[in-house]
Amino acid sequence: MRFFLIQSLNGLALGGLLFLLSSGFSLIFGLMRVANLAHGAFFMLGAYVGLSALRAGLNFFWAVLAGGLAIAILGGFTERFLLRRLAGKTLAQVLITLGIAFIIGDASLLVWSGDPMPLPIPQALSGAVPVAGIFFPKYRLAVVVISVVVFVVLWLALERTRIGAMIRAGVDDMEMARGLGIAVPRLFTIVFCAGAALAGMGGVLGGPILSVYPGLDMDMLPLALIVLILGGAGNLLGAFAGSYFIGFLYTFGQALLPDLAYVILFLPMVAALALRPQGLFRLRAA
Amino acid sequence: MKRAAVYAAVAALLVVPAFLPFDYYVNIASQILIAGIFAGSLNLLVGYGGLISLGHAGYLGASAYVLAWLSTRAGFSHLWASLGAVTLTTLMAAVFGVLSLRATGLGFVMITLALAQILWGVAYRWVSLTGGDNGLSGFGRPQPFGIDLSSATAFYLFVLVFFAISFLFVSVFVRSTFGAGLQGTRDQPRRMQALGWDVWSTRFVTFVVSGFWAAVAGVLYADYNQFVSPHVLALTNSAEVLLMVIAGGAGTLLGPIVGAAVVVLLKNVVSAYVTRWVLLLGLVFVAIVLYMPEGLVPGIERLRRRTVRTGTRA
Repeated sequence: MRFFLIQSLNGLALGGLLFLLSSGFSLIFGLMRVANLAHGAFFMLGAYVGLSALRAGLNFFWAVLAGGLAIAILGGFTERFLLRRLAGKTLAQVLITLGIAFIIGDASLLVWSGDPMPLPIPQALSGAVPVAGIFFPKYRLAVVVISVVVFVVLWLALERTRIGAMIRAGVDDMEMARGLGIAVPRLFTIVFCAGAALAGMGGVLGGPILSVYPGLDMDMLPLALIVLILGGAGNLLGAFAGSYFIGFLYTFGQALLPDLAYVILFLPMVAALALRPQGLFRLRAA
Repeated sequence: MKRAAVYAAVAALLVVPAFLPFDYYVNIASQILIAGIFAGSLNLLVGYGGLISLGHAGYLGASAYVLAWLSTRAGFSHLWASLGAVTLTTLMAAVFGVLSLRATGLGFVMITLALAQILWGVAYRWVSLTGGDNGLSGFGRPQPFGIDLSSATAFYLFVLVFFAISFLFVSVFVRSTFGAGLQGTRDQPRRMQALGWDVWSTRFVTFVVSGFWAAVAGVLYADYNQFVSPHVLALTNSAEVLLMVIAGGAGTLLGPIVGAAVVVLLKNVVSAYVTRWVLLLGLVFVAIVLYMPEGLVPGIERLRRRTVRTGTRA
């Protein structure tokens, strides 16, 4: 019981991080039809920027903002100067994001060396709180709370604002949205920057739990892919549910069958692919 | 006639590296041929089928691992281990093909990537089976008909035989009726469907054939290195082979081979001076996508045609 409870809470924390990573990935894919293979690299670079910010004496809150802002700017450049030049060329866009992922990965290795480095937990959130009879790290609970807040904010932004309505229109039917006079290019920049910022902030927030190390990018990218395939492209609720599901699956897999944890992670995806012959969500139409 | 002369010249050229003075160069030539078989197999999917796979290292790696496992852990002879590796990997390609071809376009890219990632996970984490990060070694090189392949030259000629067979196979395959149909499904899947062509089966067969040749490349890869580690299954490796195909020219016969030569040479030359190979790989990717999306072989062909035309005009 105790084991189950601790692992569940750990699963929640990982799920929260995954949501920060994959919500942007999913929205970008859903709206722009771009599989941003640099998303894992954005996450990792965000963590490194956060680490440098902390070392420069900023507190944790500002480090998270710095990570998010830096990656948002990088994402903006990527979208505006590279992806837009390749509009409509799916393959070229995938390849260029892969190239960017390699550049970021290797450049980070050059700058921050190859040692895994945990980010320090902020003072206010260190220690543990009693949860249902066990002590649980405050920081992980905070991550869960933050992810839920982000979900609610994103949900409200998509459902209740004008820009959100435009994004939903673009996800549902791009041509019709264009026809109605929605400024699609501006929408692309907004969504790509926001998605990148979320990944960057997620990286900083994940730092104390996952540490930051070379290869974190390629560890995270497949997780975002699975969440996307399970949750559906551009589907915020799907990304939320998928993230927590994968968070649990991975945490319990690690604890119970460490050799196979990584493989177990992909089984729901394979099952979904095998059982839904009509294709998954809108992947086929892509 | 002219074409036959070109092919004869190329064939002669391919024998030359075997007699290069230093083993180092002969070995690089072997690497290029193995990469050429591998890239040629991916080209069937990417170039002729229009299906971008980002998980092709999965077949090369799986085949190399099965060979290593069968010969070191299960006591198979090298020949049977190699045959087993190719057979099992081809079967795996059939299963992966069914799953991946649920989607086309971007969906296909992502599913192939995810499936290859599973294999990487098995190789890296399932230590008792695969040796984990340490990989598997100790299976040596084969001795076909008692011929010793430990020298660089002998091994190069051994690889050359497979390279020639695979090149001939691919040439015949893409020029056959089936190959023409495949290119039809790439350009106009709906029209092909309307004409009564079974689009899905065409893609599936191509997927399996492509997996088969990648498996052959995997056996040669294992023989060459006499060692396999999870690195062979990494996304970088899938990206590298895709870069070979695209840089050389997808959908051309010579493109992937030129691409393989360029990438292998770059990699060897660059790693001799700096350790930033991945950074360079990324930059090359970005540059190719932006400035030479059709690849080297068609790009040079276009330039040549242009010079010829301006030449006659002048």
